[in-house]
Amino acid sequence: MALRFEILGRFNRARAAQLTLPHFVCQTPLFMPVGTQGTIKGLTADQLEEIGCQIILGNTYHLALRPTSELIDELGGLHKFMNWPRALLTDSGGFQMVSLLHLADITEKGVTFQSPVDGKPMLLTPEESIQIQNKIGADIIMALDDVVKTTITGPRIEEAMHRTLRWIDRCIAAHKRPHDQNLFGIVQGGLDPVLRDICVRGLVDRNLPGYAIGGLAGGEDKDSFWRVVAQCTATLPEDKPRYVMGVGYPLDIVVCSALGADMYDCVYPTRTARFGTAIVPEGVLKLKHKAMAEDTRPIDPQCACMVCKNYTRAYIHSLVTKDAMGSQLLSFHNLYYMMQLSRNLHSSIVQGKFPEFVCNFLQKMFPKGDIPEWVCNAMEVAEIDISSCCAPFRYIQATKVQSNLNEDEIQAV
Amino acid sequence: MKFVVKAWSNGGARAGILHLGTSTIDTPSLLLSTRKGLPHFISPDLLSCLPAPESRLLHVSPLHFLEGLSMKTISKIGGLHQLLGLHDHCFVAVPRDSIQCLPEANSTNKIGASFETPCGRLLIKAVEYMEMISSTRPELWATLADEVPAWVSDKRNKTSVDRTIKWLDECISISPASGAVFGAIVGGSSLEERRRCAQEVATRNVSGYWVGGLGLGESMDERPALLNAVIEALPEEKPRLICGLGLPEEILQGIAAGVDIFESTYIYHLTLGGFALTFPLDRTQINASNLVPSDVGSDPRKINLRASVFRKDTTPIVEGCMCYTCRNHTRAYINHLLNVHEMLAQILLEIHNTHHFLGFFRLIRDAINAGRFEEFRREFVQRWR
Repeated sequence: MALRFEILGRFNRARAAQLTLPHFVCQTPLFMPVGTQGTIKGLTADQLEEIGCQIILGNTYHLALRPTSELIDELGGLHKFMNWPRALLTDSGGFQMVSLLHLADITEKGVTFQSPVDGKPMLLTPEESIQIQNKIGADIIMALDDVVKTTITGPRIEEAMHRTLRWIDRCIAAHKRPHDQNLFGIVQGGLDPVLRDICVRGLVDRNLPGYAIGGLAGGEDKDSFWRVVAQCTATLPEDKPRYVMGVGYPLDIVVCSALGADMYDCVYPTRTARFGTAIVPEGVLKLKHKAMAEDTRPIDPQCACMVCKNYTRAYIHSLVTKDAMGSQLLSFHNLYYMMQLSRNLHSSIVQGKFPEFVCNFLQKMFPKGDIPEWVCNAMEVAEIDISSCCAPFRYIQATKVQSNLNEDEIQAV
Repeated sequence: MKFVVKAWSNGGARAGILHLGTSTIDTPSLLLSTRKGLPHFISPDLLSCLPAPESRLLHVSPLHFLEGLSMKTISKIGGLHQLLGLHDHCFVAVPRDSIQCLPEANSTNKIGASFETPCGRLLIKAVEYMEMISSTRPELWATLADEVPAWVSDKRNKTSVDRTIKWLDECISISPASGAVFGAIVGGSSLEERRRCAQEVATRNVSGYWVGGLGLGESMDERPALLNAVIEALPEEKPRLICGLGLPEEILQGIAAGVDIFESTYIYHLTLGGFALTFPLDRTQINASNLVPSDVGSDPRKINLRASVFRKDTTPIVEGCMCYTCRNHTRAYINHLLNVHEMLAQILLEIHNTHHFLGFFRLIRDAINAGRFEEFRREFVQRWR
């Protein structure tokens, strides 16, 4: 184990902790921006430090392709290559293969796929994934799991869950650097509580430094989503970090934190910035919208970031989707927002003001009190009283199934 | 605005001090090119890592804002400084931007000057241009000109001079209270027309001169004569600004003729191409071990970081360079970023190239002050050919 996880404050299931990693001492709950190819699109390491990024994600699949894990290793590891002094996390590469590659297939050996470089058939085994991640050198590495979409039903889910458990042993055996890299296991099992339970127990038996809740954020309805998170956080060990993979909507992060999760990652903040959308307390602000051309307010009057302190919506509007600077400035703001959200979650739990924070958060996002049913249900399980933010007739039918990869629709503020 | 010439060296080259806004800038100096007021890639919070005050002169084309931002809104916000959150910088407004707002001489007519822009072909009247100037409030602005390329007919060329002078008078009459005005001088490739225009503009009440219509197709050999024809007619004590001279040799040519301020697209094109400037600026850089030797057959003054030879090169672009990029990153990392098409590559390259090119200007000023400009120019051109 190469980490220390110390809980500094609680509110029911929610926890604020100090996570000490080889390269950085972090405070949870925290959001991790995704730096796919060894960089967060359009931002320098200095800027990332300035806005308070603690851990950045690197994608093993992309880095293994270019510049290759051998090169990264030869040049001293990804930290040195990028000149990023804080913590790094790499994923196993499995998810990208399945989602990006034509003809990727999963067998007991590993993930077979066609090399995107020359079309040759290739195989990523648990051993090789760990080997690549050992070369890259991140503080946290992820086990290769057999991940299936939550929208799939049938025996495939059970097969994937059991295989994930068999593969974790192969990952553990292959891991050459347990003294400075933490191997996290990933809980699979689809939306089936029985399968999820078996997987949790299996992983906990292996006594790993931390655990991820995988296989979510892929199209399932929100009601199913939070229930899986709730079940896992209830049964995973208290004294180890819990990482919900692929979660990036602020609302989802607040709910998962209330349920007892600690870490999150998603491409959402930076990707949505490149489409001209800013994340704001009310939801989102689409800077491309014509109305923005005359709007001389900052993106978020409450935000202390460099973009909100210096620029108007009108100016950003003139840049977005046309000039690289537009993406940069919006990415900066969106990530600052996510870092501030992380800081607020941590400090409100430590200060014993978590329910107030949650209510405040929900009130800004749902000023009419029309909080979605799934949020109300989740908060009930988390034992957080949000009745003050709910409108009298609070059981609004959720008519829209929301995928975690779609953008929120909201009126421009 | 105030301008004082401090030193001369072998003929036309001179060093001066320009007081503009809150800045005191040594000339010859470089205008950094911008897109809608901000650099193409360097985000505003990173601008402070560039050497000051020489990095504080920004070239702005007011035409950029026509794509998506009304002059009324800019005015309401309070002008460029408020719009861009850059309070320490000085804005020099010239309608032409040699990257994306090029004069379209065939469509220019007596009503206005035509420009080819990303939002189509625009016809700008003097009165519209002055509305842009009064809304954006730059510290310094050039009058509207009819710039023509080298190959137009004599008649067309003569018309361009007449029009430019007419628009100059119109602009001055509408001129807002603040902001120094530079009179535009054109004349194509005709020595006579260049002289005529310069003589006319020299009689107007302007703070300096903008030499337009160059970098539009004339050859480098033609230029010295044209520049001299213009400069000879202008008073010594007022500054001269020029657009369209990009390469170091062209800058040196302009300085030799007596130009003080330059807008150049060199940095932009280098950056887009993945190039980084490496010609040494001082003794320590000359002795750097990672300089590409000139007998390898590559360009000795810059490197193309896309080249696979840099894949594992853990040295900075230039050893001893104090720019953000060289202090923090390696050639190998930038090579990777270029290969995977990441925006950070352009950001890091624009920082380094700007830093380096500003260093080149510093060398020029040192040479002028030491009275050895011609020697410096000769050496540079010969060594880094």
